Amino acid sequence: MALITISHVTMAFDGVAAIQDVDLIVDKGDYLVVLGENGSGKSTLMRTMLGLLKPQQGRVIYGEGLTRRSIGYLPQQSQAQRAFPAGVEEVVLSGCTGRLGLKPFPGRRERELAREKLRMLDIEHLAKKSYRTLSGGQQQRVLLARALAATDALMILDEPITGLDPDASAELYGLLKKLNSDYGVAIVMVSHDLGGALKDAKRVLVMDRGVDFLGTPEEYLAEVKGIGRGA
Amino acid sequence: MAGVLEKLLSGRELRGHARPLMCRLALAVLALAVVLLVPRMAGALRAFGEYMQYAFMRRALLGGSVIALCAALLGVILVLKRFSMIGDGLSHVGFGALTVAYALAAVTAESLPAVLPEGLRSGIARLCAAIAAAPLPFTMVIVVLCAVLLLSHGSGVRGGDSSIAILSTGALAVGVIVSSTVKGLNIDVTNAMFGSILAMGEADVSLSVALSLFVLLVFILFYPRIFAVTFDEAFAQATGINTRAYNLMISVLTAVNVVVGMRIMGTMLISSLIILPAVTAMHVFSRFRAVVIASAVLSLTCFVLGLMLSCLCSLPTGAGIVVVDLCADALFMLIAGAKG
Repeated sequence: MALITISHVTMAFDGVAAIQDVDLIVDKGDYLVVLGENGSGKSTLMRTMLGLLKPQQGRVIYGEGLTRRSIGYLPQQSQAQRAFPAGVEEVVLSGCTGRLGLKPFPGRRERELAREKLRMLDIEHLAKKSYRTLSGGQQQRVLLARALAATDALMILDEPITGLDPDASAELYGLLKKLNSDYGVAIVMVSHDLGGALKDAKRVLVMDRGVDFLGTPEEYLAEVKGIGRGA
Repeated sequence: MAGVLEKLLSGRELRGHARPLMCRLALAVLALAVVLLVPRMAGALRAFGEYMQYAFMRRALLGGSVIALCAALLGVILVLKRFSMIGDGLSHVGFGALTVAYALAAVTAESLPAVLPEGLRSGIARLCAAIAAAPLPFTMVIVVLCAVLLLSHGSGVRGGDSSIAILSTGALAVGVIVSSTVKGLNIDVTNAMFGSILAMGEADVSLSVALSLFVLLVFILFYPRIFAVTFDEAFAQATGINTRAYNLMISVLTAVNVVVGMRIMGTMLISSLIILPAVTAMHVFSRFRAVVIASAVLSLTCFVLGLMLSCLCSLPTGAGIVVVDLCADALFMLIAGAKG
């Protein structure tokens, strides 16, 4: 049983198909990088996986105990968010809100979970800091910790290195690799950054309304090269 | 030595050091002024106490305080979601609706075109009379409807400001036309625009207290979820929080708050009650909880001080409160500046 099984999913907005008849399986421990131009349906696919959009045709099935609430999500940061007055602990704890159920407040268990995630990402020393005083890379780590508080199975990231300098990007990729190999967290990452993103990826998906290419990074690079030579 | 001189001479270095220093100096001067004013405060307090003998003043103090508290709490969310102008837009809609409600009093069965059947005419006249008799509930319904409409146009941050501007100026235009064509409205209109300390009736006070209790309860019970939705709507939605419902609730509460608050603050000034305390608190505090609490405390304090100021110096109440809020904002900017 896979974490997410997407079968024959079609989504259209205003009569224009955003994605058409897409099949995709994300397994435990997967590391999938999703490439594609603007308007290729990357975001629609991602939002469908997250359960934010209901497929108009086809099915999305969660397995291995995964529910749509227990997916970790790292959205793109807005400008307003970078200056948001919040404590780091508050932010990470907000990742647990989905599992509170009917409880109004996070309890000791959630607090410990938040601490543990901060430790996992080596940012426990930031716990008492204010989010808006952190650097872009640190903020991204905090958001990663928040996403981890929501999941331990699958993380979906939306162009995570946008606005980061090369060092911070490399660090982030390092963390993702660690999460994937040491903690078995499956990773689905939408990206524009070919070089960095493909380095640790196990599979590459190229979207063009449908599945344009799906294979290993090596196969992908070989194909891109082949096209280059052919032209 | 030369290095220090060079540093001092280069403008950037100078500014970097000078700003906290200047801020501290300004704060010291302010503190001195407060110390000098303390002996005179007792007299002012006594005079204000005498005003409290009047029932309308007690109503203004109680009703206004709880409105200020609510506005501050909702304001934190609205400011952080970059939706500050919603209060302004809604209050202008409130003004338009209020003038229309007042003007409808002039509609009688005889004043309607004779082409219409008799039954319809009397029906319309009765409806108009009912609206004119209950201007506040009518305004409330219209403003809440507009809040819901604004929200469905674009959830939260994106694309909201042009629709707010259109709604706001459109409603203002309607209000101005109605108030200038219908005779005998002028006094009510001025009150509606700039507020009146006399405006709080018994019913307004109970409504304000009920609303603020509800807002407080919502803030306490849903605090973690409110934080999650305000900080990051996309993430909150992905973890299964119904963000639409939260946004709807916040807009409706804001709409009710605006309508209740515009009695005392005036439609032109009520939005500052929503925005200023939150912005002020954010100068100094950098945790969400601290900002929420500071905003509430600031708003309450400034409201009471503003009310005192307006009583003792015979200033318009709403404007007095806004000015005190602005002073608090300046003070907090200085404090933030002094911290460096």
